[in-house]
Amino acid sequence: MNQEAFGLIFTGEANPYMRDLVISRAVAAVPFGGRYRCIDFPLSNLVNSGIRNIGLITQRNYHSLMDHLGTGKEWDLNRKRDGLFFLPPFSTKDNTGVYRGDIDAFHSVMQYVRRSNQKYLILCGSHILFNTTFDALIKQHRESGADITFMYNEDPRFFPEEQNRDLRLLFEDDGVTVKELEWNPHHPRSNFRSCEATIMDKDLFDDLVEEAYSRGNIDFVREVLLPLARDKKFKVMGWRYDGYVARIDSINTYFMHSMELLNAAAAKDLYNMRHPIYTKVKDEFAAKYGENASVHNVMMADGCVIDGTVENSIVFRGVMVEAGAVVRNSILMQGVTVRAGAMLDHVILDKNVVVNAGRQLTGYEGIPLVFRKNLTV
Amino acid sequence: MKKKIVCMLLAGGQGSRLGILTSNMAKPAVPFGGKYRIIDFPLSNCVNSDIDTVGVLTQYRPLALNAYLGTGQHWDLDRSNGGVFVLPPYMTEKSGRWYSGTANAIWQNREFIDQYDPDYVLILSGDHIYKMDYTKMLKYHVAHEAAATIAVLKVPMEEAHRFGIMNTDAEGNIVSFEEKPKNPKSNNASMGIYIFNWKLLRDYMERDDNDPSSENDFGKNIIPSMLNAGEKMVAYPFEGYWKDVGTIQSLWEANMDLLGKEPILDLNDPAWRIYTRNPVMPPHYTDANASITNSLVTEGCVVRGTVQNTVLFCGAKVGAEAQVLDSVIFPNAVIGNNCSVKKAIIGENAVIGDNVQIGVPLREGETVDNRLTGDIALIGIDVKVPAGTVIPSGAVVTAETLDHFINGGAEA
Repeated sequence: MNQEAFGLIFTGEANPYMRDLVISRAVAAVPFGGRYRCIDFPLSNLVNSGIRNIGLITQRNYHSLMDHLGTGKEWDLNRKRDGLFFLPPFSTKDNTGVYRGDIDAFHSVMQYVRRSNQKYLILCGSHILFNTTFDALIKQHRESGADITFMYNEDPRFFPEEQNRDLRLLFEDDGVTVKELEWNPHHPRSNFRSCEATIMDKDLFDDLVEEAYSRGNIDFVREVLLPLARDKKFKVMGWRYDGYVARIDSINTYFMHSMELLNAAAAKDLYNMRHPIYTKVKDEFAAKYGENASVHNVMMADGCVIDGTVENSIVFRGVMVEAGAVVRNSILMQGVTVRAGAMLDHVILDKNVVVNAGRQLTGYEGIPLVFRKNLTV
Repeated sequence: MKKKIVCMLLAGGQGSRLGILTSNMAKPAVPFGGKYRIIDFPLSNCVNSDIDTVGVLTQYRPLALNAYLGTGQHWDLDRSNGGVFVLPPYMTEKSGRWYSGTANAIWQNREFIDQYDPDYVLILSGDHIYKMDYTKMLKYHVAHEAAATIAVLKVPMEEAHRFGIMNTDAEGNIVSFEEKPKNPKSNNASMGIYIFNWKLLRDYMERDDNDPSSENDFGKNIIPSMLNAGEKMVAYPFEGYWKDVGTIQSLWEANMDLLGKEPILDLNDPAWRIYTRNPVMPPHYTDANASITNSLVTEGCVVRGTVQNTVLFCGAKVGAEAQVLDSVIFPNAVIGNNCSVKKAIIGENAVIGDNVQIGVPLREGETVDNRLTGDIALIGIDVKVPAGTVIPSGAVVTAETLDHFINGGAEA
């Protein structure tokens, strides 16, 4: 158990680049990696670090998130002391119930933050996925005497067309002290990108948020963290992570990172069995392969019934691919049915999509076709 | 709080006929069907039949079963009122003894049952694979105003001698019971599923407990004495899949029954899910050179070779160029590169080195002790088979017998 830190996960990010995948759900509830939702990663990272007090700030489209997390029992968070706290928006005389930005959201959950017994707050996003424990982050933060420590990794990939919550760190010569932060830079000067797991003393967080709120500020990164990093009053540091990091910023990066799971090194890192990723259990039967099944380079969850050809794809729980169907380079989410003779290439099928016999759907590398939930093609 | 019905699950057996698969766990904890343990079946049947109070009777290594069942949350049996309880034998001020028979196990736990003041008790054994709605059986019991109802299954006449046979009249009343008769009069086999009126059963068990010559067994003592006393006992006819998986052969067969386009036992049934303690593992991965046909594969598996007519349990791994046919690979077993595995059961966590051949036909003059296995090769839990070993069909490989096979069976 870690009685030093508690977690606060912000799931309010809007992201237009996720298009049809976020029509009816928060980014945090987007299915990823065959049997998970994005939120499973930050939540499991916190739990695997021994953290048992976790607040979840929800904002819009959070029904599917509540349905997925329930009482938190799959994460062992159905506790009497601490546990999982849903923090949805609410209306009071000084709170409209609609957040203009994250400062509004943080301000409205400050009662939860103040009531928490732990000293440090780990502030997490829900669209940057990795698998680690925060033990080393907490230790470095405590021992270095930093006010704020950002988890970051080195990521040379840059997609200016779909830039989303892109926070970059520039270091002093010592390589750990942050000199400057960049937020959605047009010409990035650094490849060190924040992983949206940031630790600070909860009293400092309280101070920063309330001060900014009283000034009518809206954006925590732009209006609080950027000036704070420039102002040498605070000690701001970075904690480097060298494992695999998936930034789910757009349909394209979603597709790219999903396909990278077929590469053994990425999967080994993200699915590290020493600290497993927990998710909602559905009690599905095993995946069943028929006489005609031909499956190559595929990650597949339980409950599937496969009698067709599937190659280079990610297949979620309960998918059916009939004999004679061919699926290549695609992502099939939970409950998808692909009927006989259908041909799919570079396609993302959201939950419960049905592709009827003989249909041919083809996207291209970098431009996957996306079919939204419950459609019949 | 009063319950209409309480279930008592007899999970006692060490399962000696399953040999090395049960050397450190009770038979109900033996894996089945890719994701499950045998005990998941009666437990899931209970939950799906709205029975929320289950006592699990065991006197063999209760820790393993206790650890597996936990609070019962995986079966939705973590209830404030009711739930699942492991009931091992215990000492009182005056006495304390092992369970001397199936009826005695229930008798020793009468206080557990009494606290729910149930009208009925459902008694199950923990080593059968089947899907059954006990609600229907209870309705049948109530409608027939029976003192006891016993579920029966029609078995082929030539196999009837292996079962407890219930002979009934035209109305389905049981007139006599014969345990494994040499010349069976009917083919109504008892499935080991009983519903009794609790108060009446309690009286019979008390009398039975006072009889020093009794073996305190349902089949041998309680049911015959109720029949002799003229109690109304009815046979509830069940149609569907039911299999006693108490032997290596039947355990292998039952796993094979899950395969095929229209399997004899279909567990891909959203209306009747089998619940289990799910391992927390990623989806399974099939690499570019793998081939999987007519098989079951579960989360955590990695397949690089050829898998055919096989059940792979969670976390099992099959190496490149390996061939696995007609086999059952238990959780976390690892099969190395270029192995050949035919008609085998590979125990949990076993590690098979590269180039190993398992299930090779016996050479002329070669013999193996296959009393428990027939032609199924069996590799025990945690056994590490070194690269290049040849294991004949029907062989039983444990840490103790392994050397014999490494030396090519020279001294056989």
